[in-house]
Amino acid sequence: MKVVDIRKDGIDGIRKHENEEISVTGCLGERYIGCGMKNGIMHIAGTPGNAIASYLDGGSIYVDGNVQDAAADTMNAGLLAVNGSAGDALAYGMRGGRVYIRGDAGYRAGVHMKAYVDRKSILVIGGRTGSFLGEYLAGGIIIVLNLDERKDITGYFCGNGMYAGTIYLRTQCPPVNLSDKLITRNVGKEEMESVIRPLVTDFASVFSLSAAKCLEGRFMAVEADKSKSYSQLYAAV
Amino acid sequence: MRRYRIRKDDSCVSCLRCVSECSFGAITASENRTLVFHHDKCVDCQRCVSFCPAGAIYITEDENRFRENSVFRKDDISEIILQAETGGVLLSSMGAREKNIPVYFDRMLLNASQVTNPSIDPLREPMETAVFIGQRPEKIQRDKEGRLINNLPPHLELKTPILFAAMSYGAISLNVHKALAAAAEELGTYWNTGEGGLHESLYPYKENTIVQVASGRFGVHETYLNTAAAIEIKIGQGAKPGIGGHLTGRKIIGDVSRTRMVPEGLDAISPAPHHDIYSIEDLAQLVMSIKEATHYRKPVMVKVAAVHNIAPIASGIARSGADIISIDGYRGGTGAAPKRIRDNVGIPIEFAIAAVDQRLREEKIRDRVSIIASGGIRNSADTVKAIALGADAVSIGTAALCALGCHICASCHTGRCAWGIATQDPELTKRLDPEKGAKRLVNLMNAWTREIKEIMGGMGINSIEALRGNRMALRGVALNEKELEILGIRYAGE
Ligand code: SF4
Ligand code: SF4
Repeated sequence: MKVVDIRKDGIDGIRKHENEEISVTGCLGERYIGCGMKNGIMHIAGTPGNAIASYLDGGSIYVDGNVQDAAADTMNAGLLAVNGSAGDALAYGMRGGRVYIRGDAGYRAGVHMKAYVDRKSILVIGGRTGSFLGEYLAGGIIIVLNLDERKDITGYFCGNGMYAGTIYLRTQCPPVNLSDKLITRNVGKEEMESVIRPLVTDFASVFSLSAAKCLEGRFMAVEADKSKSYSQLYAAV
Repeated sequence: MRRYRIRKDDSCVSCLRCVSECSFGAITASENRTLVFHHDKCVDCQRCVSFCPAGAIYITEDENRFRENSVFRKDDISEIILQAETGGVLLSSMGAREKNIPVYFDRMLLNASQVTNPSIDPLREPMETAVFIGQRPEKIQRDKEGRLINNLPPHLELKTPILFAAMSYGAISLNVHKALAAAAEELGTYWNTGEGGLHESLYPYKENTIVQVASGRFGVHETYLNTAAAIEIKIGQGAKPGIGGHLTGRKIIGDVSRTRMVPEGLDAISPAPHHDIYSIEDLAQLVMSIKEATHYRKPVMVKVAAVHNIAPIASGIARSGADIISIDGYRGGTGAAPKRIRDNVGIPIEFAIAAVDQRLREEKIRDRVSIIASGGIRNSADTVKAIALGADAVSIGTAALCALGCHICASCHTGRCAWGIATQDPELTKRLDPEKGAKRLVNLMNAWTREIKEIMGGMGINSIEALRGNRMALRGVALNEKELEILGIRYAGE
């Protein structure tokens, strides 16, 4: 596997190997790694900077450590797998592909994620998340596992403004101060098997975790209350 | 809420054309072909009037209106009643209609040459209306052999200083986008996708397309960014500063749903804040990530609404690495906006242009960005005045739609536009032929460009770029001292 030292070769050094499998070393806050990447496999050691995998259009990026803010911004396809945690605004406006975070995600993860028919953006977070998870969700699936079983699986305003898609939380307690335009429900067996198990199994395999452990316990779904459309707020003149 | 009254005269031939043309259900026919008028449904779009072969239909303001006093006007009363009945936020569209806020373009007059510095005849002399939009290098550099180093950042070249403003697929129909794209290509200017993504059938117009990235990121992906001449980050728009987009589920069908990646029939929300932008540094990061994704080959624009602090905001944008600032003024149009926001928030574009141009000059960063002004540009004279105040170019939305048939009925938010513009109903969208539409847009722009040349010639100027920020070309009337000071112009006669 080709090794690229980002401090020596810079982002352009990575670009030269776009369709290959490469190992990127020496990362210390460099932004925009994998921006717009379409192919190839990248293993990143160190700490990449903001906006990694923005507009990612294919291929896979594996990060050993943490990623910072705006990771997977407007990502379209491919995989971003982070063994550590992610900063704020993770997977903003994501349209497709998979983002797996082994640790926690900061504020505003999965805002404006989308889906269209069979094409779904998938965000799985092994730890917990900050506030504003999945705000304005237009589609796709967010799963938060809270594998370390800490208090409060997510912060305030979970799913505010969402109108489609589903947030699955491995918990039995609904998030605090949930909007009255959202509903929560316990996930049944069929949905567990058809939706959650395949995704969590894939997530677990990427990080060599036990899928069974990741799936332990009950899951709760947060969704938009379709009977309360936003147009009800308005009176046309 | 009845606002208009529909009438017909004796010349009516009972062809029922008006029935089929009215998409608001305001005219129906009884079994014996008698017209039935539902006055309360009429929005004054004038479609029936335009298509009545006998000229028999009349739409007038309803004379049965609320009695006004010196404070409460008829709209105030009817809106209170509507809100008392529904509890809803008033939703409207198009630009602000507040009559008490002056159109400052109408209070500025242009100069012309007399005797000395003679005027130039545009029919005989070459007149340059082309403008280059983008960052200008701070200095000319040469290599050791004295050859010029090409350090020109990416820019846009406009054959005429007018672009088509951002209007999204979803808010308007694909046929309108087709007409705008084809016209932009023929004219050597640019059209702007707005925030709803770009339909694949328009990819061939990439050289003349500006794509928009807004908070909802609808239709944004790597190919989209690279299928454009420039990318615009939309922070705000003049019709609803501080407020995001709201596209009614009625308009989200078929390809609109696919292009935006939002489910059919559900209201799409695109709130004003980009939840990844809380500072100029965050904005700079988005600017740079777009540049990175497009290999630094395309200019990045940032569009903001003209608000009270527009000058320091523009200064921040100029320092964010953006190449172009697009400023949309108080009167800018929209496909849907809360009426109170539309009519009460923001400042007129004339002040915004002058304040921003002045501030950027004072900070010696004017050449780092170009300024595109919009929000109520109605004709070539407004265009010239905007440029003399300090804009590099203007963009037109409402005026372009008027060329395509829009009668500014401000009913775009209903999705029932009778002119086939602000609708996705296939029966209505087919009313607009994109080829004929493009021709009309080309005619309009060519006419304006000719007029601009005449105005320039009259002033003795043969290049529009020489007029940018040349406020001596303007004089004010009916303006107070403060207004003159902010606009940076003298009073007529001075
Ligand atoms: S809504 Fe338009 S087409 Fe219908 S009656 Fe009124 S003006 Fe005529
Ligand atoms: S686009 Fe259509 S609905 Fe909107 S103002 Fe114009 S004519 Fe009316």
